[in-house]
Amino acid sequence: MLNPALVAPRPASFAILRREMLRLYRRRGQLIQPPLFFVLVAVLFPFAIGGDEHLLRALAPATVWISVLLATTLSLEDIFRSDQEDGSLEQLVLMAKSLPGACALKALAHWLSTPAPLIAMAALMSSVHDLEADTRSALLISLVLGTPVFSLVGTIGSALTVGVRGGALLLALLILPLYIPVLIFGAGAVRNATLSTATGSEYFFLAGLSVLAATLAPFATAAGLRARLS
Amino acid sequence: MIKTLHKYASPMHFHAVARAWSAPLLWLAAALFLAGLVGGLVLAPADYQQGESFRIIYVHVPSAWLSMFAYLVMAGAGATSLIWRVKLMDAIARAAAPLGASFTALALATGSLWGKPMWGTWWVWDARLTSELLLLLLYLGYMALQSAIDDRRAAARAGAVLAVVGVVNIPIIHYSVEWWSTLHQPATITRLGAPAIATSMLIPLLLMALAFQLLFFALLFIRVRSELLEFEQRASWVRELLRQARSR
Amino acid sequence: MHAANPIALDVVDIECLRGDALIFEHLSFSVSAGRVVQILGANGSGKTSLLRMLSGLATPTAGDILWHGEPIRESARFHEQLIYQGISVGFSVSLTVRENLEYALAIAARGAQASTARALARVGLTRYHGTLFGRLSSGQRQRVALARLLLVPAQIWLLDEPLTALDRAGKELLEEMLLGHVESSGIALVATHQPLGIPPGYLQTLDMDRRTAC
Repeated sequence: MLNPALVAPRPASFAILRREMLRLYRRRGQLIQPPLFFVLVAVLFPFAIGGDEHLLRALAPATVWISVLLATTLSLEDIFRSDQEDGSLEQLVLMAKSLPGACALKALAHWLSTPAPLIAMAALMSSVHDLEADTRSALLISLVLGTPVFSLVGTIGSALTVGVRGGALLLALLILPLYIPVLIFGAGAVRNATLSTATGSEYFFLAGLSVLAATLAPFATAAGLRARLS
Repeated sequence: MIKTLHKYASPMHFHAVARAWSAPLLWLAAALFLAGLVGGLVLAPADYQQGESFRIIYVHVPSAWLSMFAYLVMAGAGATSLIWRVKLMDAIARAAAPLGASFTALALATGSLWGKPMWGTWWVWDARLTSELLLLLLYLGYMALQSAIDDRRAAARAGAVLAVVGVVNIPIIHYSVEWWSTLHQPATITRLGAPAIATSMLIPLLLMALAFQLLFFALLFIRVRSELLEFEQRASWVRELLRQARSR
Repeated sequence: MHAANPIALDVVDIECLRGDALIFEHLSFSVSAGRVVQILGANGSGKTSLLRMLSGLATPTAGDILWHGEPIRESARFHEQLIYQGISVGFSVSLTVRENLEYALAIAARGAQASTARALARVGLTRYHGTLFGRLSSGQRQRVALARLLLVPAQIWLLDEPLTALDRAGKELLEEMLLGHVESSGIALVATHQPLGIPPGYLQTLDMDRRTAC
């Protein structure tokens, strides 16, 4: 029975990413939900703030960033939930040659499935709202630089709370304090662009946070998974 | 040396040590509190700028220091538990969390009390206070995670990962909040820092800091004892202790 | 009678605590190469916990598990040679049968023992290679798990209730596969109540209720 390999399998990282993309594609109807939620939250703000056009414009960077943050936070639970339910999480932890590598790929897949469409929706909305070019580009650049942290750190939270009752809320409690630095620099970048006091330093901080998260978060996620599965 | 460490890492021995030292540490802490409070409230002069209200720093600053120290203990114990699988560290991390949260809450409350005469409100988005608030949220998140996972050991290990992630984030949060507050603070609002400080004020402050430190360890020992009893409830030494307690 | 094979797996005085509940303690047994161990026991007796400990997912709170004398925690070799099948077989419902199997092969990264087509033919699922796993009946899902066993090279099989939902033909297929596996000096630990049609020379029983191993 134990014959030498007859068929060479695909490399594992490609297979993991492919599986995530396939699963996304198979439930592609649901991909529109985070962008829709984003629009809804963004719409809540004018209703709450009132019709003051000037105030709304001033608060636009904040409302976009918070809407992206909330929509992303809600999507985090799904990263490992179905894997845990069907048993494939155990298979991944047992079989994967590099669990941190697999976790990094999970984070990448999450980013492609949620923050990326959100950024597209934010781009759409900013042209609809006729934001100035400076503000718009600051918004999109800061989102692109900062949202990887959301996915990477969010994966840690998802691993720690997988299978816990009330997991989504607990996940949000754990993860939101860790998101605050990204929010500070991201919204700060857009605000400074609007006021023409942009320095570009915010982009460096965001990029730095993303790199740091990319380096460390997968290991924390792997440790979290092993801790929860034991 | 390693052998001694190994011996005290055993829950049974640590429990005995903790039991022996809790009361002495409490008494020592009480004595230092007395000394510090006398020094700070009675002997030290009033601040020429802020008057008597600044005396709250004798409680505020040490509790802020301890709130950070407790998190380092929690994260250090967590990391040790994850890397070397030392069971005692799980108990220490779980024990430290509520203490750290309490010190943080105390720092926030005293910070508010200090600020009220100066700013007229109970809360401002000052960099230090905001950082303390976020630290409190980190503690509460850790404690929420512990209570959400039924299996105590698995909860401790998950918490260890969270604590290590938190400890890496604390400098980041601190720095980003600083950055954020310098953009918005009008120059008139004083920072809640301890400025260049006279010796007559410094000594009581250090005494209070030491008192808080000893109090932390005393309370930690007390809490670790009960955590160990829960973790090791099946062990014979625990059953023996309970038997002795019941027969008294 | 074949000569006694050397002890491959050694379980020494292990204890399982879940939270505050003691599932089992002082459990010891050994398995030689070329043996199927049937794990029996009532619900809650710790069959699943034992298998998870043997796989390395869970750690015993006391005692040791040794593979060729080395603790499994430190043995990378051990993990490269095992396959674990939990009660939830571990396939994704939104992938097809073929995609699931190819994924399993890819993350194991050990090469494949056979072509996917041959494995599917053996378990009788050729027609379903492009069907979404979620659309299969539970018996068919178990057969996909059998296909995985045929594909991924492994010296150690840890199977938790693999006969659930299998019909008689499926059960016979698994027994055939187990026999072939141990005849090539593999080891299998199978948690199941149903009698396994394995010749007595290859079969060991471990009763979790009475903690007897023979």
